[in-house]
Amino acid sequence: MPRNNVLVDAEWVEAHLDDPKVVLVEVDEDTAAYEKNHIRGAVRIDWKKDLQDPVKRDFVDQAQFEKLLSEKGISNDDTVVLYGGNNNWFASYAYWYFKLYGHGDVKLLDGGRKKWELDSRELVEEVPARKATTYTAQAPDTSIRAFRDEVVASIGVKNLVDVRSPDEFTGKISAPAHLPQEQAQVRGHIPTARNIPWSKAANDDGTFKADDELRSVYAGAGVDLDAKDTIAYCRIGERSAHTWFVLHELLGQQNVKNYDGSWTEYGSLVGVPVETGAGQTGEQA
Amino acid sequence: MCGAPAQDLDLSGVDLSKEAVIAGVVSRGDDPVPGAYVRLLDATGEFTAEVPTSATGQFRFFAAPGTWTVRALAPKAEPVDRTVVAALGDVARVDVSVG
Repeated sequence: MPRNNVLVDAEWVEAHLDDPKVVLVEVDEDTAAYEKNHIRGAVRIDWKKDLQDPVKRDFVDQAQFEKLLSEKGISNDDTVVLYGGNNNWFASYAYWYFKLYGHGDVKLLDGGRKKWELDSRELVEEVPARKATTYTAQAPDTSIRAFRDEVVASIGVKNLVDVRSPDEFTGKISAPAHLPQEQAQVRGHIPTARNIPWSKAANDDGTFKADDELRSVYAGAGVDLDAKDTIAYCRIGERSAHTWFVLHELLGQQNVKNYDGSWTEYGSLVGVPVETGAGQTGEQA
Repeated sequence: MCGAPAQDLDLSGVDLSKEAVIAGVVSRGDDPVPGAYVRLLDATGEFTAEVPTSATGQFRFFAAPGTWTVRALAPKAEPVDRTVVAALGDVARVDVSVG
């Protein structure tokens, strides 16, 4: 898949700031970032308040997604460009939702908010007023979403890619040092998973590495993307959405799912196998 | 670079006996740099965490004891690396000056 269908750079965004059919959407872990400033014309989606079901442990359903996008003033035929902090983790997570619910044209801003800031590009405080729409979402495409039973059945069968940091993978820590601790009951990883941290797919400035570099990252870790179906997971599904974007959207591997239940679910399941230590990474613990 | 936290670092609410803190300030000349990005890399150079600096240029990580690299990215500056050793119950102070 040509990467410019799914990824745009800052120059492209600047050239489309006043394009009425292009909607910029900021999605952050630090939801206060948008209030401080944002790219001109961008609306905000709150990854927690807007994208999670308020009651049960799941993300928004089709009707809730339709309501959200309608309120945000996004139309079915708009080009949606997502960006955010944390190297686009949560923007990738939102991207995956837009695909899951069948949005036609959605892209990521390469490098997200970080590269935009490091380039000293314009950020504004003004919040745009967008007229509400009547958005129609499609039924969820579960070919890109993995659930726990499939994950358990995939042990030793499919490629399981754990994209957390090495210390989370081995069980030394349960969450990244700077984040709130959504805890699983136990530490470790799914047996037979390979640890390929999300960060291996990105440059320091948050942009994605070139396609050939990306292919060698996964091949070098012993993951044959063509021979087996692949499931990516992390702690709560946002870093693995970043890897899902790399594999499914940049490299065009159609047989890749994101397991958004991720370690917070798997590490709390009763009776499933868990592995600690370096596992099959071949890297030091 | 280790020792008692300097007065300009806000560590209120942190139970230092349980943490191996790495903290400091990113500055350019005499001025703190807010909105710089500070990356924490482990002993193998693998990315571990990243935070933007505060309005006063401060950053802070809760690390594990050991040797780490702090890499500061700021607008109009080359990345700057600093090596730092973190220990439990201590604040490893590492200030970074960018060009």
